[in-house]
Amino acid sequence: MFDRRDLLKGAGLAAVAATLNSTKALALDTVTLPFANGERPLVKYPQKRPMIGLTSRPPQLETPFAVFNDGPITPNNAFFVRYHLSDLPYDLDPDKFTLEVKGKVDKPLKLSLKDIRKMKATEIVAVNQCSGNSRGFFEPRVAGGQLANGAMGCARWRGIPLKSVLAMAGVQSGAKQVTFGGMDGPVSDKTPDFIKALDLDHATDGEVMLAYGMNGEDLPFLNGFPLRLIVPGYFGTYWVKHLNEITVIDNIYDGFWMKSAYRIPDTPNNAVEPGTAPKATIPINRFTIRSFITSVPDGARLKAGAVTLRGIAFDGGKGIKEVEVSTDGGKTWTRARLGKDLGKYAFREWKLPVKLAAGSHELKVRATGNGGETQPDTPRWNPAGYLRNVVETVRVTVA
Amino acid sequence: MQRTVLLAVMLALAAVAGSALAAPVNYKTPDEVAAFKPGPNLEVVQGNCSACHSSDYIATQPPMKDKKSFWQAEVTKMIKVYGAPIDDADVGKIVDYLAATY
Repeated sequence: MFDRRDLLKGAGLAAVAATLNSTKALALDTVTLPFANGERPLVKYPQKRPMIGLTSRPPQLETPFAVFNDGPITPNNAFFVRYHLSDLPYDLDPDKFTLEVKGKVDKPLKLSLKDIRKMKATEIVAVNQCSGNSRGFFEPRVAGGQLANGAMGCARWRGIPLKSVLAMAGVQSGAKQVTFGGMDGPVSDKTPDFIKALDLDHATDGEVMLAYGMNGEDLPFLNGFPLRLIVPGYFGTYWVKHLNEITVIDNIYDGFWMKSAYRIPDTPNNAVEPGTAPKATIPINRFTIRSFITSVPDGARLKAGAVTLRGIAFDGGKGIKEVEVSTDGGKTWTRARLGKDLGKYAFREWKLPVKLAAGSHELKVRATGNGGETQPDTPRWNPAGYLRNVVETVRVTVA
Repeated sequence: MQRTVLLAVMLALAAVAGSALAAPVNYKTPDEVAAFKPGPNLEVVQGNCSACHSSDYIATQPPMKDKKSFWQAEVTKMIKVYGAPIDDADVGKIVDYLAATY
């Protein structure tokens, strides 16, 4: 069922889209993302508000970008959804759910959800972002899920440190990596099951966690109910959903989803000349630093005078040091005021009052992290369409 | 009396709220509405591609200059990487359909 707010959001989105040069709304239930072949239906799934539908089997949903202007926490019903394989555990019974911990451990474990909820809980506010977020903006275009900027979100995750579970099981000497499998799987047994791996040091850093809670509620089904892996600062590919299998291994995992998929060029900026193939690759890892203007959509018409621009920034875990805004296409930059610090892995809000004279303006935003990393003026390119973090531009007409 | 009823209602509500682990999820996705566009060898494409994913996976791919080599690479990936059991005789038909239709 649509509720009134959902409908208003949908109508708002269509209205916003209707004002854009590069974007047009075909109907209330359709949006057009600002790249070629960007028409998408707005779809309504249980536990979700109307979302941008990418694929229906497996379900893949993108967050309408206007949601990011509502605050640094992305609501559960607006959080993006990405699956690889179509056999989802639609009928899973949380009372019978079991998390298995096995492999190179002294004491293999089978934990129920009750067991897990009884353990000492921890919370972290962290961004999850799909590796392919913004892939649709790559030029030349590349195959894969054609997403705009809405395959990201920031939530308060509640659960237990992975470290505690591994300590309970007793990791044996010689262990090198930990692999993670969820209840979702392939339709055909010839298709590689979705398994991801982390180095043991990373898995036991105390930050990687097993979450059952999201923004004070249970995880929505499509976001991994009843348990998912949280890997702060790392791309979503590692955040295994419906997590029920943890295996400690004494080698480097060589399954398809680590060895062949989700790889980035092994070059200093993880980019290659557009249209070319990298010589060597490494597994994708931390987020690149990004920032967005959320209060004004591309193509908007504004009244001349004072306006407060606002938006969000995030990085791979160093935290945001500063955000600068340009209203003249990047010639001059002004430092924005940062909002509340919800932690180094969270969306950081920013605000800047500016005065705009009549005419056309290119608004730009650029974040710098505590490690000194900043955003490039020109997009980096790689064949899988990962890591986009170019300085974003919003074109407005002021009258 | 009224207070007792209210208390009972509150306890019942608390029990519901506290029993997040009560029943199987039984999550229902909306009906799949996207369909393959009409084109040559449509039934071969439906028979092979639909087993693992909906047609919107194809329809949302970017418009490429060299459609034939793009779709050839995608079909090869489906077979070699994802293990799609596509007969050799059907590969060319599927590529032709995709290049002509998307």
